[in-house]
Amino acid sequence: MIEIDNVSKWYGDFNVLKHCTTSVTKGEVVVVCGPSGSGKSTLIKTVNGLEEFQEGDIRVDGTALKDKSTNLPKLRSRVGMVFQHFELFPHLKITENLCLGQMKVLGRDRETAMKKATALLERVGLEAHAHKFPGQLSGGQQQRVAIARALCMDPIVMLFDEPTSALDPEMVNEVLDVMVELAREGMTMMVVTHEMGFARKVANRVIFMDRGEIVEDATKDDFFGKPRSERAQQFLSKILTH
Amino acid sequence: MFSDFDFGVIQRSLPYLIKEGLTFTLTLTALSTIGGVILGTLIAMARLSSYRVLQVAGAGYVNFLRSLPLVLVIFWFYFLMPYILQWVTGASSPVPVGAFASALITFTIFEAAYFSEIMRAGIQSIPRGQPAAAAALGMNYWQSMWYIILPQAFRNMLPVILTQTIILFQDTSLVYVVSLPDFLGAASKVAQRDGRLVEMYIFAAIVYFIISFFASWLVKRLQARIAIIR
Repeated sequence: MIEIDNVSKWYGDFNVLKHCTTSVTKGEVVVVCGPSGSGKSTLIKTVNGLEEFQEGDIRVDGTALKDKSTNLPKLRSRVGMVFQHFELFPHLKITENLCLGQMKVLGRDRETAMKKATALLERVGLEAHAHKFPGQLSGGQQQRVAIARALCMDPIVMLFDEPTSALDPEMVNEVLDVMVELAREGMTMMVVTHEMGFARKVANRVIFMDRGEIVEDATKDDFFGKPRSERAQQFLSKILTH
Repeated sequence: MFSDFDFGVIQRSLPYLIKEGLTFTLTLTALSTIGGVILGTLIAMARLSSYRVLQVAGAGYVNFLRSLPLVLVIFWFYFLMPYILQWVTGASSPVPVGAFASALITFTIFEAAYFSEIMRAGIQSIPRGQPAAAAALGMNYWQSMWYIILPQAFRNMLPVILTQTIILFQDTSLVYVVSLPDFLGAASKVAQRDGRLVEMYIFAAIVYFIISFFASWLVKRLQARIAIIR
């Protein structure tokens, strides 16, 4: 589904991604973790072309990002993305947030879009808030709306960029619950997160990044049981002691 | 001290002042605000685009017009426009342009430079995640601008845009240099015809003050009403 092939990226002289290679197959849930500044957010943003990269290539469902003839907006419309800071459109009501992409990008009529939006709002448990503005919702609710907005586009894969990092602790679980349910339904997911509980519960594989490199790319059991690299061991011991 | 004054002149000329003068001024203000905001937004988008040519062209436009006095631009366009049109259309003689059209084009082009700076600030005030979210949904540049960025930028900047409109409203009086019949011009004509300069200019000042003051008050009210809930 996603093939990341020897991707490198520089910000000026600074090498943010160094020869990253990995893949996500259909139905797989891959968690990407690592210390801050390790390049994990940058990596996930290269997958739908929000971040450019200088070397290597990425293929999403067979479409190569570096191919000049690739229609990036079209590719992005098939890849759902959830951001750290939700990024709902504050000037539009919740329903409009959910319908806009469906109508303007996928060309659905309002009725079809509305039906889909309502169904997905129900699914994330927020149908009562349909006619509010994003600013009237709590962080956790906004993030659930953001997940629903991405799902409205019927994505073939979902990318999550630290979806719970900007949330108050008591709201983390309501968002993780939605993601766990999504994973169990078989959605292909690539998730950048520090929530190791989530990784243990639903991840198939865990990728550990440090200083722009993929240091460890292992099955969940291997990663938590016997991480090979010293850096991953250190990272795990730091975040799992509490 | 007003014993020698004849304020009856105002009453006698009121229909003319309003029907001719004030209508001209208000129409010119409204249309050149709309035109200026549209053109200014496009220039702002050019300056913020990733194309070097557009950036330079946009910056050049704004810096050039902002360093010219408005009166000069009004003169220029009024006298040069017929020749420019002759050149553009290839006509055999200068193409006459109506007084109103000439003023409208002048103010639109001039004010666009100022509105573009306002819209540029407005677009830059939108967090980077917003265009990213729009792009992630599959929107192209124009969809992202039209549905996501500009509505927010415009709302954030509306008070400043309206304040600039009030300035524009006052600036339209400068068309007197080419004898166009705006409100001040009309008042001035009556003043000179009837020899009632003081009365008419006091009256004109009061009208400008009332309209500007009322508009400022409206801006303040509006500001609270349209704020985006965050």
